[in-house]
Amino acid sequence: MKKVLAVLLASAMTLGLVACGGAQQSSGTASAPASEGGLIKVGIINNDPNESGYRTANVADLKAKFTKENGYDAQFAYSLKNDEQIQAAQGFIQDEVDYLLLSAADTAGWDSVLQDAQAAGVKVILFDRTIDADPSLYEASIVSDMAKEGQTAVDWLASQNLPEYNVIHIQGVMGSAAQQGRSGALDTKVAAESNWNIVVQQTAEWNAEKAQQIVQSVIDAGTPFNVIYAENDDMAKGAVAALDAAGISHGVGKDVVVMGFDCNKWALEELLAQNWNYDGQCNPFQASYIDDIIKKLEKGETPEKTIIMDEKGFDATTITQDDVDNYGI
Amino acid sequence: MTDIKKKSEGSFLRKLTSNQLFIPLAALILLAVINLINDPGFFKITLGTNNAGFPVFSGYLITILDYGSELGILAIGMTLVTAASGGQDISVGATIAIAGSAMLRVLCGGDSRPETIQAPIIVAFLVACIVGMLCGAFNGMLVAIFKIQPMIATLILFTAGRSIAAWINNNELPIVPDPKFSYFGSFIPGIPIPTTVFIVAICIVVIALVLKFTNLGLYTQAVGINESSSRLNGINPTFIKFLAFVILGLCVAVAALIKVSRLSTINYSVIAKDIEMDAILAVALGGNALSGGKFNMWASILGAYVIQFLTTTLYKFNVQSDALAAYKAVVVIILVVFSAPTVREYMGQLFKKLSPARKEAA
Repeated sequence: MKKVLAVLLASAMTLGLVACGGAQQSSGTASAPASEGGLIKVGIINNDPNESGYRTANVADLKAKFTKENGYDAQFAYSLKNDEQIQAAQGFIQDEVDYLLLSAADTAGWDSVLQDAQAAGVKVILFDRTIDADPSLYEASIVSDMAKEGQTAVDWLASQNLPEYNVIHIQGVMGSAAQQGRSGALDTKVAAESNWNIVVQQTAEWNAEKAQQIVQSVIDAGTPFNVIYAENDDMAKGAVAALDAAGISHGVGKDVVVMGFDCNKWALEELLAQNWNYDGQCNPFQASYIDDIIKKLEKGETPEKTIIMDEKGFDATTITQDDVDNYGI
Repeated sequence: MTDIKKKSEGSFLRKLTSNQLFIPLAALILLAVINLINDPGFFKITLGTNNAGFPVFSGYLITILDYGSELGILAIGMTLVTAASGGQDISVGATIAIAGSAMLRVLCGGDSRPETIQAPIIVAFLVACIVGMLCGAFNGMLVAIFKIQPMIATLILFTAGRSIAAWINNNELPIVPDPKFSYFGSFIPGIPIPTTVFIVAICIVVIALVLKFTNLGLYTQAVGINESSSRLNGINPTFIKFLAFVILGLCVAVAALIKVSRLSTINYSVIAKDIEMDAILAVALGGNALSGGKFNMWASILGAYVIQFLTTTLYKFNVQSDALAAYKAVVVIILVVFSAPTVREYMGQLFKKLSPARKEAA
């Protein structure tokens, strides 16, 4: 009985693998004939759109830009695993795409496949994330400057001229680029200014529930605070839930300043309602930048190697409905 | 006369230590004493008002009662599963995501930002219950009928659950617009005690009645102690195991209601993360054998609140939240060491050596 079950399971797994492989193959061949008629053939390797709201917006933006109407024949591959991404890249190179667009899951391990790409005449453009490879292996990279995002937010906070800053600092997953960039600016400022204090500095790992508990703990302890600096919108939401339960007012002109990042649409609506004070953008709309670079390369021009995207910070007192519609993800 | 009194005292002490409630109670008292010494303000409860203008109690103790609720409810189901199958369900966090996602889907009707709720809350909750019980039934089927190890069987939903949850709502994160829905995870206007406390109380009353008026407890223990002998006595072990997983599924749905209600939305990838480990720890802390058999429901529930007490205490001491797991690991180590047969034997001998010595002194 057990053996039969094992064999059944094993065969089901193999079938599953074959089915997956088959699906990838067929999507490759199905779009191959469409590359006639002067379309630029691009292979796009991205992370799983389910990863976060940011990624969902990023994928949707790329899909909207790289269409046949805009002169592209695009193929997409999604994975959160580096080795699967590398496999997909090799597939695209064999499929003779003109451009390989890459948001790598991991920074390491890309040298050999990018050398293959160069040898095959495939131009590589990195977006969203950089990799540890020789810059000569890719044409350009379009990235967010997380440290600048943090700096913009901290500068905004400093411009509020509060008599004293008692900050609850809720961090993302420790070691991630977003956490390091967004924490760095605040840490520097707190170290430099005498009236800036950190009440609590804790990681909530991008998790709203954990953020709620962390803030609840500070409230229970009775420690005074007047700023919540949460490194993403979810965590700011959790923090605000704890404030609401304890009867602490927050928002424009209220007791506690609430700051978030990522510009989710619902978060910008909270800004519009003046329940929150600030939201920093992490720009997922990279398609138009990539489009520009490809156009330049097609004309024979050399684009800039590293392009840092323009990223805004929204203030609750100045945000408009248009901002919510245009920048909300 | 005094001799008898001493004797009864000695047996009382032995009775106390052999009682299953001893371990969680001792842990609870230890934590309470540490907090009392560090800061007596820990036990202060104040009556304030929330931002909606209604009176609410606040303080660390209220926080513990409030945030320990999900774990307390899960401990009920996890105790039954552990007792009946001799294994644990590690998919509860993922199934909370699934049940919560189903609830959001019904409430928001597939629209991520609806103006009003699309179905009554009770309907959404019933759907979540059905979904939770179906997940439980799936796990129960694998364990009871196909005789797969519980941890391996539930590994399937543990791995796939959060993706299924995302799929139910097309990767959207809908937000429930009705403020009434948030009462379940916070406060009902005018009542200063967190609603979650009442939900847990209802769950405890229900399971107490079930254990008192049905044979569920007895049968579950019988199956856990010896499956074949219980079958020979006319109990259907397959059904009892299956039932335990379905009951856990129901507990998961109630926990999901609280989780979704707390923030009116959930994030599938992080909701109730690692809660399965806390739920299993609650069962272990309650002195229940993780290999199945006899169980004490109340010790498990108490264990759940002890874990929340520990978590809240650690937050109070500003321990880095990503290091919390390490502290819980220490608790696990102590538990495992004290429940090991060799240590118990040694302790028993030590106890015996001590008691005659005391008799002589008397």
